[in-house]
Amino acid sequence: MTNIPETGRSPRVQIRLVVIQVLVISLLGTLGGRLWYLQIREGDQYAKEASGNHVQQVVQPAVRGSILDARGVPLADNETRLVVSASRTDLMKMDDDGKAVLTKLAGVLGMKPADVMMKVRLCNAETPQPCWNGSPYQPIPITDEATPRQALQIRERVEDFPGITAEPQALRRYPSPGKANTAQVLGYLSPVTDEEIQQAQDTDSPYLRSDMVGRSGLERQYDKQLRGKAGVTRYEVDKLGRVLGQAQSDPAEPGANLVTSIDARVQRIAEYQLNEAMKEARKQHDRNTGRNYEADSGAVVVMEARTGRVVAMASNPTYDPNSWVGGISAKDYAALTGTKSNYPLLNRAIQGQSAPGSIFKVIPTAAAIKAGYSFEGPYNCSSSYSIGGQVFKNFESQNHGPISLGRALEVSCDTVFYALSHEEWKRDGGNKPKKNAHDWFYKTAHQFGLGEETGIDLPNEVTGRVPDRQWKADYWKANKDAWCKYGKKGGSYAEQIAYENCLEGNRLRAGDSVNYSIGQGDTLVTPIQMATIYAAISNGGTLYDPTVGKAVISPDGKTVTEIKPQAHGKLPTSKKTLKQIDEALEGVATRGTAAWRFGGWPQDKIPMHAKTGTAEVYGKQTTSWFATYTKDYAIVMTISQGGTGSGASGPAVRNIYNALYGVSEDGEIDSKKALLPTPQKTLPKVRTDGTIASPKTAKDFAKQFSASPSPDAEATTPQGDDPADPQQAGTTPSPENTNRDTRRRRRRGGGPGRGGGHPRGRARRPRAARPERTAS
Amino acid sequence: MTGGVNSFQVSGYGPERAGWTRVFARDGLARRMDWTILLAALALSLLGSLLVYSATRNRTELNQGDPYYFLVRHWLNTGIGVALMIGAIWLGHRGLRTAVPLLYGASVFLILLVLTPLGSTINGAHSWIQLPGGFSLQPSEFVKITIILGMAMLLAARVDAGDKPYPDHRTVLQALGLAVVPMLIVMLMPDLGSVMVMVIIVLGVLLASGASNRWIFGLLGAGAAGAIAVWQLGILDEYQINRFAAFANPELDPAGVGYNTNQARIAIGSGGLTGSGLFQGSQTTGQFVPEQQTDFVFTVAGEELGFVGGALIIGLLGVILWRACRIARDTTDLYGTVVAAGIVSWFAFQTFENIGMTLGIMPVTGLPLPFVSYGGSSMFATWLAVGLLQSIRMQRPMSA
Repeated sequence: MTNIPETGRSPRVQIRLVVIQVLVISLLGTLGGRLWYLQIREGDQYAKEASGNHVQQVVQPAVRGSILDARGVPLADNETRLVVSASRTDLMKMDDDGKAVLTKLAGVLGMKPADVMMKVRLCNAETPQPCWNGSPYQPIPITDEATPRQALQIRERVEDFPGITAEPQALRRYPSPGKANTAQVLGYLSPVTDEEIQQAQDTDSPYLRSDMVGRSGLERQYDKQLRGKAGVTRYEVDKLGRVLGQAQSDPAEPGANLVTSIDARVQRIAEYQLNEAMKEARKQHDRNTGRNYEADSGAVVVMEARTGRVVAMASNPTYDPNSWVGGISAKDYAALTGTKSNYPLLNRAIQGQSAPGSIFKVIPTAAAIKAGYSFEGPYNCSSSYSIGGQVFKNFESQNHGPISLGRALEVSCDTVFYALSHEEWKRDGGNKPKKNAHDWFYKTAHQFGLGEETGIDLPNEVTGRVPDRQWKADYWKANKDAWCKYGKKGGSYAEQIAYENCLEGNRLRAGDSVNYSIGQGDTLVTPIQMATIYAAISNGGTLYDPTVGKAVISPDGKTVTEIKPQAHGKLPTSKKTLKQIDEALEGVATRGTAAWRFGGWPQDKIPMHAKTGTAEVYGKQTTSWFATYTKDYAIVMTISQGGTGSGASGPAVRNIYNALYGVSEDGEIDSKKALLPTPQKTLPKVRTDGTIASPKTAKDFAKQFSASPSPDAEATTPQGDDPADPQQAGTTPSPENTNRDTRRRRRRGGGPGRGGGHPRGRARRPRAARPERTAS
Repeated sequence: MTGGVNSFQVSGYGPERAGWTRVFARDGLARRMDWTILLAALALSLLGSLLVYSATRNRTELNQGDPYYFLVRHWLNTGIGVALMIGAIWLGHRGLRTAVPLLYGASVFLILLVLTPLGSTINGAHSWIQLPGGFSLQPSEFVKITIILGMAMLLAARVDAGDKPYPDHRTVLQALGLAVVPMLIVMLMPDLGSVMVMVIIVLGVLLASGASNRWIFGLLGAGAAGAIAVWQLGILDEYQINRFAAFANPELDPAGVGYNTNQARIAIGSGGLTGSGLFQGSQTTGQFVPEQQTDFVFTVAGEELGFVGGALIIGLLGVILWRACRIARDTTDLYGTVVAAGIVSWFAFQTFENIGMTLGIMPVTGLPLPFVSYGGSSMFATWLAVGLLQSIRMQRPMSA
């Protein structure tokens, strides 16, 4: 006991008790440190997680505004459909992740269980469509075409279908009044992407996960106005999703309605007539290629001449905009965007560019006057024009002798313009250009608004191209490496051309100026540009920004914001010159190249002006162009690989005029039959409740008003994979370079113009016309 | 016990005197009691009742429609616990020592009873005996005490008698056998959390008893080898390993333990310095943390009272442990030292394990936080332990 101290304890025990005490303190210290780390150092992050834990958002989607025609007829509106949706959060709480419920649901809806499962899976990088790319907390739509019977089955057996709802919901609808499809002008919607949500996060109109966004056409251009604001109610919830209290609530604000200048009746007729004209063209034999015309695509624009408002705008091939509603199927998507589709999503009236051919000639006419030449001339309209052994022939090698510029327009004499342009080229210094060359012919084209957007209120308009010195230099710079590598003196034809281009492709050559003078060569225009120009000639020289939107009307109808016509320029011509051109274009319709299409037209009452164009395209059939105007309207139609201007497009344009003015085939005017003898000035009537009055619509406007009814008319079906065009797949590389390389045939050397195989230059890719991929 | 300074005290200490006079005499109960431990334990119990109330007032599926159901019962449990403490003090250190074989036998009998059809399963552990009136008993809580007492009695017997400076191997073996029997039974339930506590208790008791280092390191080595063997031989299924490891990485068991861990961490982390205020925690109100009134009660404190509240609980438990260590060091007999050290090991490990699992540094097991968690058996056992500490302190002479 000697080694036991008074406390009754050995030193060993004493030391061990201290060890225990130290261990205890370090354990408690660890706890304190960890607590500090979690709560103080990382507290903010956990606080955020906690709030995400207990706040649930319920989104009440805003009703998207309607798009109406000039009379108030809805072109795009909403319909109430029974939507069956599944709540992923509820399904995931089940032991089998909701498989049993979804299988039962598939039975009720008559769908395959596997299809239903696929619809509720979440999209990620590896998941192919169909999948859900919205918020996992948002109900996922299974079908938007449930019958009331199916909805009732689901709602009556709530206990059998936990997490499944069947509710009426507003869905976009494109009703195609009177079969006026208007697809490319209206555009379409698709779900918002993650990037867009992030981008718009801090703006005044942020997106919600459930939002649909306009992807093209008016839906995109006026997306902000049409969209409205979704209502969001935030609930505090517990672990089981039981609501503890309402945190915040913003009511939904419906979107504004858009009144357009489109007249559904005229639109339908334009679409119908364009399609008919293309069908007719396909029956015509093309002597140059030895086969029928392909007429692969076309566009027509009907514009109010004195405002620039678009009354109708049709693009062919077309598609059914309703195929986008409720998510597009993979098959439809391929039909709209695949390489074999011929790209029906493109609005060829603003996104299709090709050489204008002779409808361009009003520009060199104005340019010649500017350059100091007289209108009267006379100028020799010979059958051909040669430059140093290179022979440029007149169309069909006709010879009209000495004529005025006006007559040259009437008969569309190429050689007169060849000579004038070549003369100017020489004056500007020829192959050794002067420092301040006048470049009248090119300057004038720019002043007419070519080579740049018209400013129409539709997205992704293309600019076309004026092949001036600057462009030549830029284009050469971009391509010379390829040319110089490929080119070989005395090699094959293509090699020779490349060799030539390599040496002097940066220079504006005599041949270029000659080709350019009749709207050939590298010149590219869009139908909307030409409509704007011909409307300007009609209205005394004002180039208006074309508009489709006419007014934005707030959902309550109280605020009407009109979209006023705006000019972007004046034609660079004197009143006198304009009058002379105007008279000449009237001559085209009465005794010139378009006269045979306007036989019996009441010219004294409704003076008609026209210009035909037949543009040659390297490796393709000719493009048909037809530009016309009265004092009220300008109509421009084009058909790719369609034949001559008056031949392919003439009857269709005449029929549109017939319908507008109520003119019968024999030239009688029946004002009762006239659809729109003067442009619609007033806006549709807004009722006190904010709704907009709309007149009754016929089943098919084309059948009702067309002067030449055709029983097999069906213009609204998508033409993407029309079996009548079996060669499209291989021969049409992509729409933007259709007609890119265009020029008059050279008669020397036996070959067509230089062309194909070079890297593409300035052809702009109309990207927005392609639907964006929405998978995230 | 060197006698009083004045006659009043001497006569006052006479066993024939009873009542308050005796309690408050200079050498009386009240003076010799460790008030710090008592007050800290009371504070923890009261704080615990508020946290339990906060976690359960909306849980209609648990509280039978009465928001105060758990609050009242927690108070009741605390009251019974305090009574048990007083009973232990009344019996006195030595009085209890004689009762150890009886208590040990009773507790082993109770845990054996759990294995019969009388036992019931709560949260996967078959460790309860259902009593009438909605009460239930978890005998493994009491086994923790009887292991401490039994081992202490065996280990200290010859040392306190003055025969030997340290317990010999034979005694240590006997003591280990005494502990292993109930531990094996508890393991069968299976209540691994309690077994872990008991292992720590055994280590603490051996350490404090002065048993040879060979025993201490031998046991530690055997434990480590056993763990490695279990791991390597694939005795456990992968999901069991994942469940064990999910405290560090909740994704290993996202639907099970990982969920608890994650939600607990969110609750505590979101509390910040001062918390969201009592009854204001969204994680608590939203019932995102499972078992929040019992094993995860610390998350309520963390969320609603913040770092301040959490540190207060750790601090109060620290005070109890500190005082208990003092008692272990200051007592004259090895029996008292071993018992106090055993209680320290028990409280310290259970506190570390319980709070540690809510903080994501320890695996999730079903262990209550002493005094704070709701649960009768745990409350009774911990208060009994406080009683033991008090009686150990009282039998030693008042230090000057």
